[in-house]
This record gives sequence, C-alpha cells and structure tokens, in this order.
Amino acid sequence: HQVLRVKTKNEEEVKQLQLLESLEHLELDFWINPSAPALPVDVRIPAGSVQSVKAFLESQGIEYSILIEDLQDVLDKERQDMAESAQRQRSTGSFDFSAYHTLDDINAELDHLASEYSFVEKIQIGESYEKRPLYVLKFSTGGSNRPAIWLDAGIHSREWVTQASALWIANKIASDYGTDESITSLLDKMDLFLLPVANPDGFVYTHTLNRMWRKTRSKIPGSVCIGVDPNRNWDAGFGGPGASSNPCSESYHGPRANSEVEVKSVVDFIKNHGNFKAFLTLHSYSQLLMYPYGYKCTRPDDYAELESLGRAAASSIRSLYGTTFQVGTICNTIYQASGGSIDWSYDNGIKYSFAFELRDTGRYGFLLPANQIVPAAKETWLGLKKIMEHVRDKSS
Amino acid sequence: MSPVPCGDALPPPRPLRPRPALPAGGGSGARAMELPPGHFPAARAAAVAVEYLRYLRGGPGSGLRLRELQRARRQDIDDVGHKYYLELELEDVLDKDRTVSCTAEVLYHLGSKTSAPDVQLTVQGELRSTEEADKEFYNRIRSLEKELVAENIPDSHGNVPPELEPIHLLAWVASGYVIWQNSTENTKFHLAQVKHVKQVKRNDEDLQFDFVLLLHEMVSQEVLPWEVTLLWHPQRGARVPQSRAAGAGSS
Repeated sequence: HQVLRVKTKNEEEVKQLQLLESLEHLELDFWINPSAPALPVDVRIPAGSVQSVKAFLESQGIEYSILIEDLQDVLDKERQDMAESAQRQRSTGSFDFSAYHTLDDINAELDHLASEYSFVEKIQIGESYEKRPLYVLKFSTGGSNRPAIWLDAGIHSREWVTQASALWIANKIASDYGTDESITSLLDKMDLFLLPVANPDGFVYTHTLNRMWRKTRSKIPGSVCIGVDPNRNWDAGFGGPGASSNPCSESYHGPRANSEVEVKSVVDFIKNHGNFKAFLTLHSYSQLLMYPYGYKCTRPDDYAELESLGRAAASSIRSLYGTTFQVGTICNTIYQASGGSIDWSYDNGIKYSFAFELRDTGRYGFLLPANQIVPAAKETWLGLKKIMEHVRDKSS
Repeated sequence: MSPVPCGDALPPPRPLRPRPALPAGGGSGARAMELPPGHFPAARAAAVAVEYLRYLRGGPGSGLRLRELQRARRQDIDDVGHKYYLELELEDVLDKDRTVSCTAEVLYHLGSKTSAPDVQLTVQGELRSTEEADKEFYNRIRSLEKELVAENIPDSHGNVPPELEPIHLLAWVASGYVIWQNSTENTKFHLAQVKHVKQVKRNDEDLQFDFVLLLHEMVSQEVLPWEVTLLWHPQRGARVPQSRAAGAGSS
C-alpha cells in the first residue's frame, strides 16, 4: 500500500478527489479527506489501485507526492522496533507497565503471568470478528465454580489506559496474593475473571491505522461503514435512546442485540458460568464511577447500596492522588445510553455492576501520557478493591 | 480580590443577531433550580464556560482547566432558552498550585441549532502572568526561517515534545472558540488531538496557525475533524477568522 499526499490547487481538483473517494471498488482510505484546496489530502491506496489512481491524478494535472512508499515497510519497521523492545524486556524478565503495548505483547504477558502463578490460568472464551482469540485470565485458588467477579477493559479500543491498567491490575493481584490480606482473603473465597482486551480487532486498528477507532471491525451488510459500538450491543433496552441505528455512527448499536461476537462470547461465558456476583468494566475518559441504568433514567432497585458503595470506592480512589470521580447512574452522569454491558449484567441478576471511566477529564482524553498509566491503574485498583471486598463480604 | 469581568476582552467574533431583550431578573418569573454538579447538564454547561474562557484568555504559555464545578443552577426562560448559573474553580495546567474562582452564566438559546450559547464570566483572583513566556514564544516563531509544521499532538502515546507544548496550548485556544460556537445542551466537546498544524507567515504582526483539530464529542462519541485558522498576538490575544467542519473520515 502506498500513502500519497495530494496537493489540490482549486475547488475543481477537490471535486475530482471527492469523486475518487466515492469509487468504493478502489478501497481508498482517506486519512485527511478532500475538503478545501489549501489543505493536503492524505490517502492510503491498496497496491491494486495505485497505478490507476496515479494515472487519474496525472491526467487531471493534480499534484501529488509519495508520503509513504510502502506502508507495509513502515509498519514492519515499527513492529520490529516494538518486538526488539519487547524482546529486551522479556529477556530482563519484566514487562514495562508504564508503557503502551501492542496486542501481541499483551498476550505474551498474559502467558507469562499464567506460567508464573499456579492460580492464574489463561483461557479463551471466543474469537473476535477477525478471528483473534478473546483471552481471559482466570484467578482461582481452588473450589468448584466459586462465586466470581468479572472485570473487563478495552471494549472501546481507543481507550488505551484501560487495557494498560488491566495488565497492571492483573500483575498486582497475582503478585500480591499471599502477602496482601485483602487480595488473599478475596481469592480464597471468590474467583476473578479478567478480560484485558475485550475488543482486539479495534485495538489492533488503533495501533495500525486509526488511533481514534472505537467500535468493533465487523462488516455491516448494506453499508460501506464498518463496526458496531460494542457497548450499545448488549441486550438491555437494545435499540433504545442513546444508541444510533446508523452504521456509520460511533454509537451504532448493530443489527440486533449480541450481533457482535465479542459481546456474545462474554454473554455466553457469564451465563454458562452461572455464579457471577459482580460485573466491572473499564472505560476512559471522564473520571466517573457509574452503576445502572443507562437505558432508562429510573433508579435501580439497589440504588441505595450501589450509590453508597460507589461513593466509598470513589473515596478510596481519591485517597491516593486526589483524583476525583463523580458517582451516579449512567443516565444521570453522562447520558442516556441503551444496550450497555452493566445494564445487561444487572438485569441478569448480577447486582454489583459498575462502569468506570478512568483518567483524565479531557486534557489528554484518549491520548493519556504513558507516565500516567501506573498512577491511573493504582488509584482505579483501590476503587475496584473496595467494591470487591464488599462483594466478598456479602457473598459469604 | 476585585472581580475582573472577562467577557469584554475582544469584540464579538460572529455577526450580531437581534435578541429579545431580557427583562431584569431573567423574565417570566421562573426560579433558578439547583442542579447536582455531578450530573451531565451542569457538567456540559461548565465545559462551555471553560472553553469560552480558554478562547478569551488562553495562549501559548497557559492552559485553563476546570478543577471543580462547585455549584450549578438552571433557569428556564420562556421564549428565550435555558440559562445556567455556575460556580467554578479553575487552575492553570502549568501552575497547578494556584486556583481561581469563576462565576459564569451560560445561556443556550431556544432552538439553538445556529446560534452559539451566550457566556458571561467573572474571574476572581489572579491568573499567573504569562507575559514573558508569550513574548519569548512570539519571537521564537517570528524568527523561524521555515514555517512551523507539526502533526499528531499529542502522539498516540500521549507524548507532546516540550517545544510543541505552546502549540498544543494555542490549539486549545482555537478549539475553545470552535467548541463555544458549536455547543448545545446535547453536546460536550473536548480537543482530542491536533492532527496537523501549519504556521502561515503574515505581513502584519499576528502569528497565524492553520490547524486540523480532532474534536471528540462525548454524547455522540464522534471524533470530528475541524479546520481552524488562529491568529494570535501577545498583547491582542486570539482571533479565529475561519473555522469549519472538515469531511468525516473513517474506514
């Protein structure tokens, strides 16, 4: 694939490019769309279309230059750099939790944790749309189908601090079992299932082509647009207010509930297990700690307990660095949103259902500097722990 | 602590529209109702006030951030719109030990698809002076042989090279304007990333930067590219002579 930078001189040339954009069979990917003559237009062209696009531009007298001769080379080099860095890390025996990692590196670390700790097991609960495995870490010190806690991250792929925090949290729990009283008593009574990358296809896409990608990468019949918002796809008020029926929208709910395999795999796993007591999910950004409902603006039956527990968790979070999280129902705190995961889990009998929006409040947003990963993970862990301790106490 | 009205620093940048005169006291006798600061309606109005203030007061040497929304009230004014009364605590991201208080009124006009919310602000206390930093930045940019060009600020990993931090802060000023102009009660915008910035040398004394900004709209979750031209001068402050939503791009 080549990436060309096209320099349009006038409106006529812009129109020509827009015409080109509309020809779907060329499979052009405009990184910057043609809109005004003054601005460069960057476009990624699959190998098969390169010759014809260049011929078209030349015949129209439209100036262009080659920004990236061979995109594959660039990606290979980057991948190689990251592999070398990962190799260095692995050979020194440590994973750098204060850096952002690729999916391959994350999966390697999951293997490492599973091999190092007898009570940690890596299981596969399904496959993504593009056939990537959905890996869950199971923390279990014994028993048989003990009451369990679910924790996931990265369902929206651009929220990078969440996958990164999930790795830190996994390592924290694994390494502190046996020495930390709270973690030890928790895992002696309950199992924990952690899905650090709930949307691997989207995650890879944020590394390779579009850092701001949110949705899955599924093809939608009848649309040129790709992907479903996996947090509007759950069977809870599905299709209601706060989700879009437009496939091109970032909050597209999908053709039907559980249409996304990434969602269905989790639903099936949790239903088959049958003994989950808590469902916790990590998002960014905004610093919020929310409980149901999102699909309707009425309070859940357990409002008082969830509000109180939420406040206690937010207080724990604040105790570390002073980071404040707002507590409330989804509908009151950010917006009405249907088809969300914690509404589904709550309506399916999992009382302790919470969604976290991690740092920050907008200064960096999705692009949170890597040096904030560990502080974010540490403070979030305190909030999660508060909730888990309460669940443990109520479940025994 | 004398209140400094900061709503009058620059002439209004958009064409004046005739407005129904507000009777003293806010009209139609509607009382202002207290809003929970942690709920989204107040949060959205506070964000608009902060973005407007960033446009008025921001520069390459300072970036204002909302530290806390302390109080919010809303008044529904018949035939006019919804007015929010806010008490904010603000900080400069480059000087976090100091905070200032601000009271703001944000009026969203009825049927507000085409008109920006009216914002009135009063800031109590001193914001850190950036005169030195502004002058130094101004001189540095003016003396560049080749016009400054940069991309992806911050990068994917959240990095901003130190020499580009002032550009990042100027992008906040530009996005502050665009966000203020395009906000409604159903939106909450943040600057997600500076996709591209190009300095344009001018014959007058202003610095000009042509930005492609990615704005994240929280309610729809869309990330929207905007082309924004910013003019800035150390004494005269900022102006946005043109801005427009660019073609949406996603594959």
